Amino acid sequence: MTPDPHSVGIVSAQCAEFDEPLVLQGGAVIPRYQLMYETYGTLNAERSNAILICHALSGSHHVAGRYQPDDKYPGWWDTMIGPGKPIDTNRFFVVGVNNLGGCHGSTGPSSINPATGQPWGSAFPVVVVNDWVHAQARLADRLGIERWAAVIGGSLGGMQALRWTVTFPHRVRHCLSIASAPKLTAQNIAFNDVARNAILTDPEFHGGDYYQHGVWPKRGLKLARMLGHITYLSDEGLGGKFGRQLLAEGYQFGYGTEFEIESYLRYQGDRFADVFDANSYLLMTKALDYFDPARHYGGSLPAALAASPAKYLIVAFTTDWRFSPERSKETVKALLDAKKPVVYAEIESVHGHDAFLMTDEPYMRLMDAYLKRVAEEVGA
Amino acid sequence: MSELRPDLARIAGWIAPESRVLDLGCGDGELLAHLRDHKQVSGYGIEIDMDSVIGAVGRGVNVIQRDLESGLAGFEASSFDYVVLSLTIQSMRHVEAIIDEMLRVGRTGIVTFPNFGYWENRWQLALGRMPVSETIPYQWYNTPNIHLCTLNDFDALLVSHGARITSQIVMHQGRRITFLPNLLGSLALVRFEKD
Repeated sequence: MTPDPHSVGIVSAQCAEFDEPLVLQGGAVIPRYQLMYETYGTLNAERSNAILICHALSGSHHVAGRYQPDDKYPGWWDTMIGPGKPIDTNRFFVVGVNNLGGCHGSTGPSSINPATGQPWGSAFPVVVVNDWVHAQARLADRLGIERWAAVIGGSLGGMQALRWTVTFPHRVRHCLSIASAPKLTAQNIAFNDVARNAILTDPEFHGGDYYQHGVWPKRGLKLARMLGHITYLSDEGLGGKFGRQLLAEGYQFGYGTEFEIESYLRYQGDRFADVFDANSYLLMTKALDYFDPARHYGGSLPAALAASPAKYLIVAFTTDWRFSPERSKETVKALLDAKKPVVYAEIESVHGHDAFLMTDEPYMRLMDAYLKRVAEEVGA
Repeated sequence: MSELRPDLARIAGWIAPESRVLDLGCGDGELLAHLRDHKQVSGYGIEIDMDSVIGAVGRGVNVIQRDLESGLAGFEASSFDYVVLSLTIQSMRHVEAIIDEMLRVGRTGIVTFPNFGYWENRWQLALGRMPVSETIPYQWYNTPNIHLCTLNDFDALLVSHGARITSQIVMHQGRRITFLPNLLGSLALVRFEKD
């Protein structure tokens, strides 16, 4: 097989260890921790061409490329990142990081708590988006990056990108927040709560300390993922893909898996529940719920963004109902009120919330055009 | 650097340096990019067409993708020095609403449109056919233009919406027309303020 000239190719993960305690917004302290990360491309002499990619609920630091040539899947945003792709690794130095509380090698509930020698489990504190941003900033310090050319993310990742410009306004030149929101609505929190309840009420959950029992709340996690998955897709997209197709001829008049959509969802749920940690899932959904950067600014998002010299690209997708265009427009309105440079685009797509991971042609062209300007601006 | 289109150059001439401009239907951002580069003007464009949005992004212009027909909700009152609507009003459904919105959001409004009173249009009508010309290059059945008007018609609309006309230029083929403007000019540029 000839190597793909637009792929970053074979990559490997790195681990950064931090011994300085991190005080979390909730008051808890993580005495020491590690963050898994990957980098692609080369940091230029001016250190001006670095881009941080923030992952969403189920993502990781493995953003592009493959660990082995025969890996079935590349990193989760391989379509966007690589030589000649919109986030062009010929020009940019790209950093992907697994967030604190995750389950891909960074310190999280399934890691060993140095105080006990046991997995953290229920003792792992709830972290919020701002805690992640602080942890990411320490990684940036470690890598010698004073200011990011861009911080980019979709969904929960878009929240981190936005939060960066509130917490460290002078460390971000461009914020690209895609399919995201300035805070969740009641409906959105409600979906997360049902997902959490599926996990919390699973008999194998054991209050979050299931590791010691050699089990994990697979059914709960699977249900949580199935529910989430439905909300990430559009009615149109699901209808187009599955319609009312049956696995077998005719109705079975029972409660087994009959419709194609049922089979698909169960497969997706199983696949996810086999590799993801339930405690991390709980934690990530809570971080989503708590996100509200305006909260410490009297509820005013323009006030929260006032100190930011960054430029913004806000992108929404027409069929995304979990993070609808209306929510992105709230962010845009705040940016307009704060007189910040902003581009807003609403992409026609059938892919619902998941569209931020897809390759709809106008979306790719928009990202490409925007990031070419960023590259010129930072001399990348 | 490429030359600015003559009508856009006239608009640019009306805009003071270092002001804030909102360009409605900004296309690929030609005017805003020019104003930024030559007059340190800041502001935003509004555009619905995706290809144009991407073109504006390529020029580094702040562009908000939305439908002008839904108004300018989200923009604070009096938040811009100028609001520009260039060669768009004739194809808009809600003409009165957008004029009111321009007067709400900006201190000065600038509208350009094809002048239906141009003599060639009148002549073609006199001969019994709908006008097709350089500034109205469509057949009646495929035109996006649903609200064509003459210079005098537009002035009357502005006055009825509480606006005062502060300047008016009429052009034909990139040149300014001063004699019998409503007859000899195919393109009208009107600047106005709240009265």
